[in-house]
Amino acid sequence: MRDYHVTVLSNKQVSNRYWHLIVDSSDLKEAIEPGQFFNIKSTDYQTYYPLLRRPFSIYRIKEDTLEFLYKAEGAGTKQLATYKPGQKISLLGPAGVSYSIPKNCKKILLLARGVGIATLAALAQKADQMNIEIYAILSARNKDDLLATKTIEKYCTKVYCVTEEDKTSDVEHVRRMIHDLIKTHHIDAAYTCGSRRLSMLLQKITKANGITSQVALEEYMACGMGVCYSCVCDIKRQGVMQTVKSCEDGPVFPLEEVIFE
Amino acid sequence: MEVDIGGMKITNPVMPASGAFGEGMDRVIDFNLLGALIPKSITKYPQRGNRTPRACETKGGMINSIGIQSKGIDYYLKETIPYYEQYSIPLISSISAESIDEFVEMSSIIASVTSVAALELNISCPNLKNNGQAFGMSDDITYQLVNRVRKVTDKPILVKLTPNVTDIQSIALAAERAGADSLVVANTPLAMAIDIHTRRPKIGNIMGGLSGPAIKPIIVRQIYQVHEVSQLPIIGCGGIMTADDAIEMMLAGASAVQVGTANFVSPTAMIDIIAGIQTYMEEHQLHRIDELIGGVIVMNQREEDYI
Repeated sequence: MRDYHVTVLSNKQVSNRYWHLIVDSSDLKEAIEPGQFFNIKSTDYQTYYPLLRRPFSIYRIKEDTLEFLYKAEGAGTKQLATYKPGQKISLLGPAGVSYSIPKNCKKILLLARGVGIATLAALAQKADQMNIEIYAILSARNKDDLLATKTIEKYCTKVYCVTEEDKTSDVEHVRRMIHDLIKTHHIDAAYTCGSRRLSMLLQKITKANGITSQVALEEYMACGMGVCYSCVCDIKRQGVMQTVKSCEDGPVFPLEEVIFE
Repeated sequence: MEVDIGGMKITNPVMPASGAFGEGMDRVIDFNLLGALIPKSITKYPQRGNRTPRACETKGGMINSIGIQSKGIDYYLKETIPYYEQYSIPLISSISAESIDEFVEMSSIIASVTSVAALELNISCPNLKNNGQAFGMSDDITYQLVNRVRKVTDKPILVKLTPNVTDIQSIALAAERAGADSLVVANTPLAMAIDIHTRRPKIGNIMGGLSGPAIKPIIVRQIYQVHEVSQLPIIGCGGIMTADDAIEMMLAGASAVQVGTANFVSPTAMIDIIAGIQTYMEEHQLHRIDELIGGVIVMNQREEDYI
């Protein structure tokens, strides 16, 4: 982890609500893994609003570039959207625990919602390189929000999209889809990001079927490096309740450990 | 750049603020370059901390109410202190307790560890209970608390004051009379923010402590006030983002500074501040930090006119 000052190569609005940022990462010599994040400073140091960095999971990891997909919604992300190609931007990272793929894993299931699709796209890229068959269920409010679908499709054996717009995204429907997938294919591991409801659903199904599963959690962070104890969440590890930091102990956790209230 | 804090020599006047610094930062900066190390306040027993959300951003600052999530003193003695022993600079242990007796008990145990150079008594955390009440809001209690701790250790005692008082001078003097070696001015002002759409407080604990550049002028004023009445070295804390901010606090009367929220924004902030103070001293041909401390020039401004 370091505070890298990298050059913005591209920063474009790609749908009604989402933006796509590409930076030059040729100076980053550290290993960067899917599920990890960078804490990005959306203003220069002389500007005190927005003051804090914002954590962004990595969307695509390439040889010399890093890509992020973000929703321009609050003060920080709106500020981030003003960056132009050629400008320098401060990225602190890579931070956090990444997704892990078990040995001898042959088929995985991805369950993502909204911006969580970007987080799982990075994992799909890696799993594809390991010749793993990937089945993905992507959920969003509407088709316009399903923008990483094209990226993820390249890596996946089969992608299913559900939306509120099509009235296909309700939990009951997704439950049936997951059950069908598990019945038809022998799924070795499952991964999720972006929705508490879907995470709870996947937690129940994977537990009942003895499937290893992981979730990347989203929490408000202040420091993003394990110091401030702002981004804590509760987990149950080996029967013991613990309050852990999602920036350092996560953001990826075994799904069975996470306590959803 | 050397400074004397109540008998403890530090090689430069920049140290972290407790709670805004921790082991994870060793990946980003070299701890040996700092003036001193101050891990997060420790409590006697493990405690979970407050409900989330524990932090929110405000204009020019942030509010936090962590509630001192802590692994307790046993873990601290077994893991935290040994971890910091690998560094060559002074280790200051920040202590938080629920009663004067507990402060005394913990101080006695922690001060007996050879590698602990000094104690910081956190009598000012706004996030524990009773609407942000803290020991450091009463000069009587401040006196009793520091006086009792003074009897169990000869190591330097730093007392971290709360800014949430009517008259910080009387609290500072109480701590000084009781035998404190240095005063940290100050902890966070108690604050609150509300989401106007949900009508909910932005902090789970309703209120929290405000930190960041927004509070610096309040702290500069309080350092100035404390320096006017107290002989003790002051450690300025609250809103320092740059070397200029640190120098301003020194001119108000601080001998050293603590840096907190700036670490979150830029993890190298403390290193940059040290370099910036060095540059300023060279530019102004200053040879010792002492030449800065309390150096604000107040002329033709009769305070009687304002008070």
